[in-house]
Amino acid sequence: MADHDHEHGSELGEMQLRVRALETILIEKGYVDPAALDAIVETFETKIGPRNGARVVARAWSDPDFKMRLLAGGTAAVNSLGFQSPVGSHLIVVENTPREHNMVVCTLCSCYPWEVLGLPPVWYKSAPYRSRAVRDPRGVLADFGVTLPADTDVRVWDSTAETRFLVLPMRPAGTEGWSEERLAELVTRDSMIGTGLALTPAVPS
Amino acid sequence: MDGFGPVVEEPNEPPFHEPWEGRVLAMQRALGYAGLWTIDQSRASLEALDPVTYLSSSYYANWFRGVEHRVQSHGLVGADEIAAGRSLRPGVTLPRTLEPAGVAGLKRGEYERPASAPARFAAGDRVRTRNLNPVTHTRLPRYARGKTGVVEAIRGCHVYPDTAAIGAGENPQWLYTVVFDARELWGDDADPATRVSIEAFEPYLEPA
Repeated sequence: MADHDHEHGSELGEMQLRVRALETILIEKGYVDPAALDAIVETFETKIGPRNGARVVARAWSDPDFKMRLLAGGTAAVNSLGFQSPVGSHLIVVENTPREHNMVVCTLCSCYPWEVLGLPPVWYKSAPYRSRAVRDPRGVLADFGVTLPADTDVRVWDSTAETRFLVLPMRPAGTEGWSEERLAELVTRDSMIGTGLALTPAVPS
Repeated sequence: MDGFGPVVEEPNEPPFHEPWEGRVLAMQRALGYAGLWTIDQSRASLEALDPVTYLSSSYYANWFRGVEHRVQSHGLVGADEIAAGRSLRPGVTLPRTLEPAGVAGLKRGEYERPASAPARFAAGDRVRTRNLNPVTHTRLPRYARGKTGVVEAIRGCHVYPDTAAIGAGENPQWLYTVVFDARELWGDDADPATRVSIEAFEPYLEPA
């Protein structure tokens, strides 16, 4: 557990009380609908998550025409797949190649393509990543256990405005003929942020 | 800043570590929908937290502080009500309220606006970021001030955060992806095979 990012003991109790008190006030005044609040929580706990992004990647690996459209304009291409939650404008998809590996960060806050990846993980929003991704991306990759080939360049995208970036990881070898559903299982959230690579097919024992 | 140590990933991390975090997110979204403040003002209110509090608190604890502050500064809730933990008088009328049926369609806001002038720069132009250090909100990170890079793409004309955050209007500006060599940003010892880009608004840039 990341100590910096989790409340302890009495501070936890204090936050629960303060949050509940404010929510009560907002409901009493008619500013928020408690059912809408519940729906938002449920949406982010169960309905929006990296599985959407994984499906986009699997489609791009399988369908060259879709991949071309995706790289030309992420928003239109993703919305053409008809997911329940629409993607906002200016989603840019950046492709990893043997020449260049992409990594996405928001040094200023926590901007993230949440419609396709769900809520960002604590590490993405924390000082270590936000400060080091632009300074020492290969060192950050090492923290994630990733070492790139010596001749692969790194490109870091700092999300300082409303453009959002999704990394299209490289398709692993040994997946020829796989269905999109099976391919999607190889696509990790971290591989779509750029702090990881897609999983490789399990070697049969 | 440096010295924060390694990036530590929690395996199989849940969206919310405690129920109150989910409630904070939900309140933030629902109140944001009401249209009383801009996302830029929300970000600015977090940047206004004192650094020690900001760095030593969890993400959602800071968000909560921002929400608690904004509802007071916008006259929705009184400080006495916050202290009492309950409403003491009727609320004001909001421009709009989020209905449960509207939650499924929630997506990021639209910030692109019609341009009032042609874009000053084109893809391929060498530009230098200004050494801007406003005391108010900006989206030009400190590490990228006074640096020379190349315009890679034009991203349209968007609400300008520097003015939107302080109630000085949307003042739309052209937005560019500007890419820098790591050595330009961090010195000759930096990795020659790394580049870093930012999304830069036109007022941040000058020809190089």
